[in-house]
Amino acid sequence: MITVNGDKKEWEEGLTVRRLLDREHFSFRLISVWVNDSLVDKPFYASFAIPDGAEVQIIHNICGG
Amino acid sequence: MKEMKLLTEWAYEPSKIHHGYSRKTLYVGLGNKDQKYSFAQKDVSDDMIDKFTGGRGFGLKLLWDAVKDTTKWNDPENEIVIAGGPFCGITQYPGTGKCYSVFLSPETKQTYNSNAGGYFAPFLKFAGFDAMELQGIADRPVVIFIDGDNNRIQIFESTAEDINAYAVSEELHAYFAKDEADKRTISVVTSGEAARTAWIAGMNFSFYDVHRKAVRLKQAGRGGGGTVLYHKNVVALVIKRTHFTSNENDVVDLETIRKAGVSIHKRIHDQDDYQSKMRTVGTAHLDEIMNDYHLLPIHNYKFGNSPEAVKIRSDEYKKLFTQGTADGCWYGCSLACAKAVDHFVLQYGPWKGREVIVDGPEYETAAGLGPNIGIFDPRWTIEANFYADHYGLDTISLGTGTAWLCECYELGLINKENTCGLDLSFGNKDDIMEHIQRVARGANDFSIACGKGVEYAREYFAEHYGSDLETMKKIGMVCQGLEASEYRCQESMAQWGGYFLTLKGPQHDEAWLIFMDMVNKQLPTNKDKAEALFFFPNFRLWFSLQGLCKLPWNDIEPADNGVRYKGLQAAKVPEHLGNYLNIFTAITGKPLDEAGMILQSEKVYNFERVFNLRMGKGTSKYHVAPDRGLGPVFPDEWMARPDYFDGKLKEFGVNIEGMSTKDKVALLQKYRRAQWEELKLAVYHRRGWNKNGIPTLATVKRLGIDYPDVVALLKKHLKPEDEFEPEEEPAKA
Repeated sequence: MITVNGDKKEWEEGLTVRRLLDREHFSFRLISVWVNDSLVDKPFYASFAIPDGAEVQIIHNICGG
Repeated sequence: MKEMKLLTEWAYEPSKIHHGYSRKTLYVGLGNKDQKYSFAQKDVSDDMIDKFTGGRGFGLKLLWDAVKDTTKWNDPENEIVIAGGPFCGITQYPGTGKCYSVFLSPETKQTYNSNAGGYFAPFLKFAGFDAMELQGIADRPVVIFIDGDNNRIQIFESTAEDINAYAVSEELHAYFAKDEADKRTISVVTSGEAARTAWIAGMNFSFYDVHRKAVRLKQAGRGGGGTVLYHKNVVALVIKRTHFTSNENDVVDLETIRKAGVSIHKRIHDQDDYQSKMRTVGTAHLDEIMNDYHLLPIHNYKFGNSPEAVKIRSDEYKKLFTQGTADGCWYGCSLACAKAVDHFVLQYGPWKGREVIVDGPEYETAAGLGPNIGIFDPRWTIEANFYADHYGLDTISLGTGTAWLCECYELGLINKENTCGLDLSFGNKDDIMEHIQRVARGANDFSIACGKGVEYAREYFAEHYGSDLETMKKIGMVCQGLEASEYRCQESMAQWGGYFLTLKGPQHDEAWLIFMDMVNKQLPTNKDKAEALFFFPNFRLWFSLQGLCKLPWNDIEPADNGVRYKGLQAAKVPEHLGNYLNIFTAITGKPLDEAGMILQSEKVYNFERVFNLRMGKGTSKYHVAPDRGLGPVFPDEWMARPDYFDGKLKEFGVNIEGMSTKDKVALLQKYRRAQWEELKLAVYHRRGWNKNGIPTLATVKRLGIDYPDVVALLKKHLKPEDEFEPEEEPAKA
């Protein structure tokens, strides 16, 4: 299991940031991702493997137009 | 257009703008159907600037002074006040063409403010006025012409045969322009024929698109400003201003503004395609995003996600929007979100077969006149958008109202006999389009009732058709007389407040907290939510004081904003916030920090709340969240996401085993209703209001808006039993 913004979510072998974003349908573009308090830069979303038990924060940076 | 007879004219000595203000306002009185026209140039005092800043603030102050406690929207003393603000007309920074219109609303029966981009507000300011008041009722249809080139106001007897927006705006651009090129020096404010009977008629603000050689329209659509304009017998308000410089505001420090402008223009150029795609799609880029997050309103907000939404993705709209053309609605706005569809051939209505240019649709229209009424067809939505603008109908109230109507029809609360033969099932394109035409024409009693908004229509249906009022209230996304804008808010408790704890009703211009709250989980406690519902309404109101559009604030961001800052700080977009503070000082010469910015807003926010109290509303009993706003109302909504909603109920410690879906729906509503009541008190407390939602004497004194009439009014309404105890902490987790 991992937590995503505080909610428990299934972990799977080889889970990357990109895969997690797709699985959660997080399609908004202005986001920042932290895994265990470390920032993951966008170019590494497809390769960064999220470890089991990780705390993931996916912050959507907008408060409306 | 036939020549118009001049009824009266008035010349004035223009005031030169200095540091962002002309320090004069214009008063135009139309009499009371007696041809007693009157004009005045009023001074703007230091106190007015200090307390009300400009824009919407000026509008509220001037309206407050103009009306009586008993004034109704259709009384002659009601006004439409239009104002920009100190930023208005700046050409070096994007988003400075907004004007704010303030009036007593036919829909909400209290003050309303509605805004539109374009040329009108800058031209008004360059003509020498920080605001204009329009009062009275003319005895015949008139066109008011503010001739900013020759410093005179003229009132003509209108000869317009077609008062619909595209028709009359095109005619008046041609009428007052010397030649084709001169058409750009004109802006027209009008409504459309829907304003004759509908209360949801907005105002169209035109600008002339020199590339397309055509009139474009921007809408101050919400609240019924067009209805008020029509009731005053004003077919159009026209302004003309030919010459202006790049420093018409006579600012203190142009270089600072230029530097900030260069920086954000570069950011828009480099980042927009990767961020919000404003330049290629505009706000319609939100369609697929809202669908992915279960926020897209589908079938009167029952559902938030549908596989059919693939048909209304922004890619589909992008194919229809003309690309590669500057779409800024005022000089210097490179964000250019004003999309247009060229060579669109209409399929319905009186203009069937005619080729037109359609402005938009923006997200709200794409959703409201799309999935919310069960239609997933961009071409149909574009056509509905065209006719709504043309007739003066507010696309949001029309969309949300029609969505509610479709659900009423499918539930059997109204039938074909009531609708005069129309099958208003969700998705029935032909009959829904015919319904829109009938609302615009006021074709029959049913259409007229629908044109007055959901609150009126449900009472009418109950009285005349025996429809069940309680069910209609549960499913109607309306509060304080205003239909909600197009976000499904039920899964974000903070956004309940963003919609239903507002000054004027559920328009998301005060707060849009859904991502912060529902997705990011950055507002876990009531205290956090209350803080956000204090901060953002004030932060966002500030734009309406300055003559600013909010889109360049956070629909484009520094690429590293989300990693340099977190939480509330990131949400403010500190670099852009800094630009605004610096530019305010560069225009006016007055220092301003973030605290000062919020203070400017708080003065107006609380004044507006007091104003609504004066007009008979402005208390807790008008802050009502409909059931549909808080959660599922019927089992089919629950069953669209059974695991999700079961989980929500379990969060309250409920053992759901053996429970029927109907019982689950009722129980979740009960728990959320209790949460809503707690949130309400937490927010009131944070805003410095009492338990009845009224600003306290201490609050108005702190803000310096403790004018004798304000204090007298508050003393009439503030009750000891509504006070929070000093040690009382309503913001429970």
